[in-house]
Amino acid sequence: MNAQLKTFLAFVRKEWRHIFRDRKTLLILFGMPIAQMLIFGFALSNEVKNSSIAVLDQSKDEISQQLIARLDASKYFDIVEHLQYSQQIEAAFKKGKVRLVIVFPPQFAKNLESQHEIGIQLISDASDTNVGSTLVAYAQAILNEYQKELLGRRSLPYSFKTELRMIYNPQLNASYNFVPGVMAMILLLICALMTSVTIVREKEMGNMEVLLVSPVRPVMVILSKTIPYLFLSIINIVSILLLSYFVLNVPLKGSIILLLAVGILFIITSLSLGIFISSMAKTQTVAMFVSLVGLFLPTLMFSGFLFPIDNMPLPMQIISNAVPSKWFFFIVKSIMIKGLGLSEIWRECLILLGMTIFLFFISIRKFDLRLKI
Amino acid sequence: MIQSPIIETNQLVKQFGAFIAVDHISFEVATGEIFGFLGANGAGKTTAIRMLTGLLKPSGGNARVLGFDVYTQSELIKASIGYMSQRFSLYEDLTPMENIRFYGGIYGMSKQKIELRADEILGELNLTSFKDQLVKSLPLGWKQKLAFSVSILHRPALVFLDEPTGGVDPITRREFWELIMRYAHEGHTIFVTTHYLDEAEYCNRVSIMVDGKIAALGTPGDLKQSFQSVNMEEVFLRLVGNPVS
Amino acid sequence: MTIIWTLIRKEFAQFFRDSANIRMLLVMPVIQLIVLPLVADYEVKNVRLCIVDQDHSTYTFRLIEKLRANHHFIIQSAVPHFGDALKKLDKDEADVVLVIPENFEQSITLDQEPSLSACINAVNGQRASVGGQYLLQVLQDFNMELRLQWIQFPRFKPVPLLKVEYSYWFNPEMNYQHFMVPGILVILVTMVGFILSALNLVKEKEMGTIEQINVSPIKKYQFILGKLVPFWIFSQIVLSIGLLIAFVIYGIVPSGTIGLIYLFSSVYLMAILGAGLLVSTFTETQQQTMLIAFFFMMVCILLSGLYTPIESMPSWAQQFNYINPVAYFVKIMRMIIMKGSSFSDILPSLLSVAVMAIFLIAWAIRSYRKNY
Repeated sequence: MNAQLKTFLAFVRKEWRHIFRDRKTLLILFGMPIAQMLIFGFALSNEVKNSSIAVLDQSKDEISQQLIARLDASKYFDIVEHLQYSQQIEAAFKKGKVRLVIVFPPQFAKNLESQHEIGIQLISDASDTNVGSTLVAYAQAILNEYQKELLGRRSLPYSFKTELRMIYNPQLNASYNFVPGVMAMILLLICALMTSVTIVREKEMGNMEVLLVSPVRPVMVILSKTIPYLFLSIINIVSILLLSYFVLNVPLKGSIILLLAVGILFIITSLSLGIFISSMAKTQTVAMFVSLVGLFLPTLMFSGFLFPIDNMPLPMQIISNAVPSKWFFFIVKSIMIKGLGLSEIWRECLILLGMTIFLFFISIRKFDLRLKI
Repeated sequence: MIQSPIIETNQLVKQFGAFIAVDHISFEVATGEIFGFLGANGAGKTTAIRMLTGLLKPSGGNARVLGFDVYTQSELIKASIGYMSQRFSLYEDLTPMENIRFYGGIYGMSKQKIELRADEILGELNLTSFKDQLVKSLPLGWKQKLAFSVSILHRPALVFLDEPTGGVDPITRREFWELIMRYAHEGHTIFVTTHYLDEAEYCNRVSIMVDGKIAALGTPGDLKQSFQSVNMEEVFLRLVGNPVS
Repeated sequence: MTIIWTLIRKEFAQFFRDSANIRMLLVMPVIQLIVLPLVADYEVKNVRLCIVDQDHSTYTFRLIEKLRANHHFIIQSAVPHFGDALKKLDKDEADVVLVIPENFEQSITLDQEPSLSACINAVNGQRASVGGQYLLQVLQDFNMELRLQWIQFPRFKPVPLLKVEYSYWFNPEMNYQHFMVPGILVILVTMVGFILSALNLVKEKEMGTIEQINVSPIKKYQFILGKLVPFWIFSQIVLSIGLLIAFVIYGIVPSGTIGLIYLFSSVYLMAILGAGLLVSTFTETQQQTMLIAFFFMMVCILLSGLYTPIESMPSWAQQFNYINPVAYFVKIMRMIIMKGSSFSDILPSLLSVAVMAIFLIAWAIRSYRKNY
């Protein structure tokens, strides 16, 4: 038994050397999560601000100018064009320069005084429906402020107020949602994609036979290939957590140990999937393709990380339950951001554990059976 | 009429870091020769041939192939030579016909010429029935012979063969050499590397590389005499310092 | 010229012989265009409300009915205690907890301005803020209804009112898929072009077939062009399939001329393929290439304005997008398809991408080495 272990370790060392020598790949494997974290953390935000808008001021009097100045001063808007004619509106949109056009009708101040009601038109480019409706809401809010001042009262009679409290993420920090997602993505990439490609590469190059002929059991050969990626992934999880906590200010409310444990569990899940794919693929291209389309993409889509699951049609929601990363994502979110413990999420953890065990065993079996190829 | 050598090297060196793969070799190859470049694996043969074909830039020394300088005129060399390596020569996922058409097109042969030569080659090698099957499905020996024929498709004056007979059975090896010699007898020059020492007998002259240096150079007959050996294998063993009983 | 043609012919023969390639060409557009838009719905809807009604008055009854009628919200439950409601937030059973205080109706009629409180699960920041806006709108509408019951206008001193009317152009049904699909088309074409071209060249390196090319008189630019043209054609095929699917399944008909789309994609693909070939001149194995290509693509796609608006990005990201071809194409694709932009509208972007294409292809040719 001891001899087997020694040979196994020798294999692991060899695999490790392969990976370590490939500096370019290593760079990407470590650099990618960092880059993703930085991008998600700092660059991607659904918050709408600095939107380019245009105004069509058909009266150019004191009040319209005042309102325009207020809009410009707001952090949400950036007035980039002052249109002269309404015919220019469509062209401005088509050039892609503005997202919203605000139209002030002629004789604004005068009509406001005399007719007690004056209309302002907001024309929104609804190509992006969320941004479009958000900009309208912001513009309305600014105009409503002015309305309140006109009325000279703090508020209208018979009113009630509403307080909105944002829970778990008071600053509406978008990264809270992304960090667990990035983790899932990176782990899948390293463990499933890299593992499957590495194994298939040996098959393609013809080296696999040499390994299989050695005294070590085939299972050990495969496992030796996955161990280095296990370590790499753990390092990546840690670096993601460090980055998110120190640089992105994402809270780490729950138990770190639980988090790491779930992380390792998911690593094993991904590795199993990688092994499974490698048993089926004959060439590296196929392994990559299947990993991407069959594994990575569904993860991206169905885990709830980029796209909200609740919005999906029911069949898709059902499918999403079969995707391990959905459960991982949920668990990590619950631990990191909501600070929940095992007592609240044991059900989800159990599901992930079950999936992992199942996948692990069938992939090892599949590989064993497919030895001939 | 003195013909200038088709290949000449002078103190050619190739260094990879601290490792000297090719250590100041100097030799000449005359037009029409079959020149064998022998040596053990790792002796530096492949590195040398890659320098001569313009695939690798030397670290030092000079070399001229077909009168062109390997440093500055490598593209001109490539236009006029043929090359075949054991690692690869033909696209496995194309048919023999497609491979021939491809290489013919690369070397600027006209369509008719390509078709003509294609028929010739396929007929010679008895591959006509295989012409639309993937090269992948051909046995190794036939692949090698086909690869050689394709490498001389454009009738180059000089052909480089890098371990062309590796992994092939002895009968096929002999057939292969028949093809080579036929081409040589038409006046073309062959530069061939191999670690099969018995193939040296097919060559006009051979050189034996040991650890990056040329340890011996001459006709097989001369070498056997100088080393008092019965065959080239003995010559080699004596060269490398192994006592022969 | 014949040499380039010979190279192109070889690529075609190799490509179509491998059935995996053909499947990929067909499967990719289908999956991306059919599944992704179904899944990529950022529209904020199905917001689950858990109501803690401590008043039980007619007003609260009306409010709840109003919320129920609104298509953005789902009344998930009503519980008596705030603590129970919060638990539902924890477990992700509800998105928003709305608390109606005691004596709500009474306070309003006495003009005491009571306060409702809404606790929103803000883990998904965007959903929280847009959802919050919707909630506020419904509540404001409700307030207006209540007010109008009590007030008739002539009783009040006439006060100027700003009436704000809004209209949505180019996508009046607020169809989110119409917005996503053009973007997905861009991703599709980019992925196919970039990854295929990079992998192909590296595969030749890995297999050793590239040596035969290097030892032949093929010039570098001939070799690069010989790779560029076939993959350009394959990518355009994928684009066409994509446009077809967009039409058949989503009924998306470009408002602008299709010719413009192809014009831009032609230039765009040159840039993308050039970049792919460039990457492969630096890598030795398919694995490396895959990773590096994936990395660059991911960065470019994320920052391109596909998911989140570019204006919201910090200046370093916006600067980056000046040299990010994906950003240009995403913008242009949406402009042409949804707004019907014309040639002059897209010209500035077209020129920028053309410059990038020339630069990348030239660099790829330069960087490719026939000897070492």
